[in-house]
Amino acid sequence: MAKFEALTGNNAVAYAMKQINPDVVAAYPITPQTSLMEKFTEYVADGEIDTEVVLVESEHSAMSATVGASAAGARAMTATSSQGFALMWEVVYIASGLRLPIVMPLVNRALSAPINIHCDHSDAMGGRDSGWIQLWSENAQEAYENMIQAVRIAEDPKVLLPVLVNFDGFIISHGVENVSLYDTEKVRNFVGEYRPKHYLLNAKNPITIGLLDLTDYYFEHRRQMADAMKNAYGVIGAIADEFKKEFGPSYRFIEPYRMDDAEIAVIGLGSTMGTLRVVIDECRAKGIKVGSLKIRVFRPFPDEELARLVSGLKAVAVLDRADSLNGISGPLFTDVRSALYGKTAIPVSDYVYGLGGREITLDNLRQIVTDLGTIAGTKKAPRESTYLGVRV
Amino acid sequence: MAQAPGWKEIPIGGMIPEKATSRKYMTGTWRSFRSVWHKDRCIQCTQCWYVCPDFAIMTDSDSKVTGVNYSYCKGCGLCSKICPVKPEKALTMIKESDAKKEMSHADTEGSGKVPNVAKT
Repeated sequence: MAKFEALTGNNAVAYAMKQINPDVVAAYPITPQTSLMEKFTEYVADGEIDTEVVLVESEHSAMSATVGASAAGARAMTATSSQGFALMWEVVYIASGLRLPIVMPLVNRALSAPINIHCDHSDAMGGRDSGWIQLWSENAQEAYENMIQAVRIAEDPKVLLPVLVNFDGFIISHGVENVSLYDTEKVRNFVGEYRPKHYLLNAKNPITIGLLDLTDYYFEHRRQMADAMKNAYGVIGAIADEFKKEFGPSYRFIEPYRMDDAEIAVIGLGSTMGTLRVVIDECRAKGIKVGSLKIRVFRPFPDEELARLVSGLKAVAVLDRADSLNGISGPLFTDVRSALYGKTAIPVSDYVYGLGGREITLDNLRQIVTDLGTIAGTKKAPRESTYLGVRV
Repeated sequence: MAQAPGWKEIPIGGMIPEKATSRKYMTGTWRSFRSVWHKDRCIQCTQCWYVCPDFAIMTDSDSKVTGVNYSYCKGCGLCSKICPVKPEKALTMIKESDAKKEMSHADTEGSGKVPNVAKT
């Protein structure tokens, strides 16, 4: 029987971790992840779960310890933000290269410099080529539910890749929402026991991992990872179906909103997609045929579904809460436009917004809809991103 | 010559699903110096066996040094360095290019023979 509780996003994710009851969690505090681990370690200290918590000296050690535990055969997790993710960067690639099914909540925060503790997506974007599956959450409920599904996705024998569960720092992590929590028994049945085929603490079938590859084998091992990421499309879909059957909510790769007869659309990640719906509804009331596409699965990138969803439109805009600093745009725009190339010729424009927690206002979002109306007519999107909300 | 296995045929993530595979890797092929054991000078202190990073000092069932395993000896010289025998050490280093087959005690080059691990 689901119960409702007013929880912060961090507490909702900590609760998911409590229900999952991983064998090992090794972590280091960083704002805005800190209260997630504080809550989780409270559960451990109170004896509610028996997770082995390792309080390490840095995020590099956190991911290293998590990798070691996972390789040994434990269901292992860690959590971080921003600079912490940056510090563990080399081990993040090792986790996926070793094919370890680690699940990590990433409380999205801007990367330094300058130092900024507030929300933007630059941290996760730094890992977009790391071989980690990326799920994105709009609110605490989605963060909670993505965590539960993430364990099954990561551990699927056709995947065996680590999963990043993203949710906005402060906006989701510290904002209080009414979260529907599922019965612990049901969650435990859903995630099941972790049964790795190969693991280090196995005297009967010993293995060695973490070895050197020379020029004759590295490429083949990396090719396997590409295969796993391709398999992830099917696995993510199957787990979502199972989740719906067991708990009710349906999850897709991309969530359309008022897209049925839309002529223009806004594409984006995270909490801003919730704010956007207020503007969509307002514009719809005025007769503007606008919809939104919230991307939930960023890696693997749902290029075919995206192309299908925008095929009949006149123009789309991308919301990028990070800048690629490639002279053109933010990172999401690059993936979106690449997905659409050759499939549809509609103009795609990019809006870099919200960096370092800069507020995105309803007026900002209204501006995008207005711009889309213009571009639908001219059929020409600007070459470069519009920086929305920055003082000139 | 058979082609090396494709990506579908090998275990994922560079994992090797067996133990003690380092024995198959003949590190002796790397050396440019080799250590030579002089049985007549050896006092059987076994410090050479202790320091050898490749377990290339061979011992018998009584834990007595019997020679150098040239399948694995990389010629690092640690055994010679630690050998306490005076005035001439029981283990000396010579250039691999100067090595003659007759000079090697218990030469097992290329045989893949595994040195005895002394029972302690």
